[in-house]
Amino acid sequence: MSEPSTDDLTTSESLDEDVVLSSRARLARNVAKLPFVHRSTTDQRREAMTRVQPALESDAAAEPTSWIDLETATSMQRRLLFEQHLISRQHADAKGPRAVAVSSDQALSVMVNEEDHVRMHAMAPGLQPGLCFERIRTFDAAIEPQVEWAFHERWGYQSACATNTGTGIRFSAMLHLPALRITRELEKVRQAAKDLHLAVRGYYGEGSESSGNFYQVSNQITLGCSEEELLDRFVNTIVPGIIDYERSARQVLLRRNRIAVEDRIDRDLAILSSAKLLKVDEAMRRLSSVRLGRCLDIVKTPSLQVINRLFQEIQAGHLQNAAAKKLSPEESQAARAELVRKHIGHH
Amino acid sequence: MKCDRCNKPAVVHQVIIKGDQHREIHLCALHAKEAGVPNPGNQLGKHSPGHSLTPRSKMPTCPGCGTSFSRIRKDSLFGCPTCYDTFGKGVDIMIERSQGGATHHVGRGPSGSERDVARRFESRRLVEELEQAVRAEQYERAAELKAKLTELADHPHTDGGES
Repeated sequence: MSEPSTDDLTTSESLDEDVVLSSRARLARNVAKLPFVHRSTTDQRREAMTRVQPALESDAAAEPTSWIDLETATSMQRRLLFEQHLISRQHADAKGPRAVAVSSDQALSVMVNEEDHVRMHAMAPGLQPGLCFERIRTFDAAIEPQVEWAFHERWGYQSACATNTGTGIRFSAMLHLPALRITRELEKVRQAAKDLHLAVRGYYGEGSESSGNFYQVSNQITLGCSEEELLDRFVNTIVPGIIDYERSARQVLLRRNRIAVEDRIDRDLAILSSAKLLKVDEAMRRLSSVRLGRCLDIVKTPSLQVINRLFQEIQAGHLQNAAAKKLSPEESQAARAELVRKHIGHH
Repeated sequence: MKCDRCNKPAVVHQVIIKGDQHREIHLCALHAKEAGVPNPGNQLGKHSPGHSLTPRSKMPTCPGCGTSFSRIRKDSLFGCPTCYDTFGKGVDIMIERSQGGATHHVGRGPSGSERDVARRFESRRLVEELEQAVRAEQYERAAELKAKLTELADHPHTDGGES
């Protein structure tokens, strides 16, 4: 595993990275005159792929992508893509013709034949859904003349699921909310989110549990508002409210019992610095604590970016990829602990 | 197909059509009896007026993909783009519930023009309103609406023909 480069160690408070790990914008599209994926035959799925792939690979595409055929990809490759948030678990585990196209910086991906024929995602660190939107909009605009999408005069872009109909756009932010969980305020956030038509999901999106106190918040409504209105509401109203709530909860924790907070974080740091075997759940939990410590200036090193990257690199697929072989559960735990010690140790 | 009230196989399938809405009912023999719905398997031809007993194979399905509306509701997934136009009010209700009451698309369309989408929707709305006005014999209102439609067609780059 290579040392982290220094070029990405710049922090920007304007990106709200103390609470927001990453942002994403996603567009759902379906090829016209074909059944949606779940009602398609194998041949129809191949047909969708043959209509989409040339558009992605044409000179007119806004940016180049690498096409990965998931039907022939190994389970390790698929697992790695899933852990990188480039494909969903459903897409990794499904059968039949399906693919993903990935940009060279791995911040843009296009899933083909997931729940919809096409799902394009753009990702960015911190709170930057606007940047993600610009990137995915440019990418979509370049493809649009080459593929006829299913579009309804009244309902807009047609999707297999009514929840994605209309613009087909979903903005999401991966939020780190340890203080709200400790202070047991998360339920209030969930209720408020529901009232605001927001979905709150776990670290790996739909159907996943929270891990490391990460929660993915996204708009549920995709119809009746323009893409810009949805973005504006997400960036300026919804997410700032949750960020402020988490920050307040962090200050409440410190005011109530600063020594206990510091003790807990330092213990987690000490275990991560010396453990020889680490299960993924334990590593996520203790890394979450160290991340909180870093944001509260209780922990001085490593940088927030290094901690952020560890959440991904400690996953089993990444460890196996780094080792270039399949690892037993114990080998995985040892490799994980070694990786964490390397970055967290000697603090 | 399972019974709407338990996990047993449904033996009675009903499609109740009222105006432009339809509702499907699937019941096992026990629940059909409880509900007072005749079972065509042993009471053929004895169904009560107002209930159209339809064999399973003749339930309305989408001409594009063969999916029935009960399947769409069960899976919460449409089968194909044609489903959106096949099941009328059922689709309206399903989408509007999922989308916080939103009734139509606002935003980009394949032409890249938001105005085009808004104009097409406005045109459709005016036509529906015009038909209602004619049915209600509100001829002055119908004339106003017709003028708006003409304006919209002649000047497609004004919003909703209101200029």
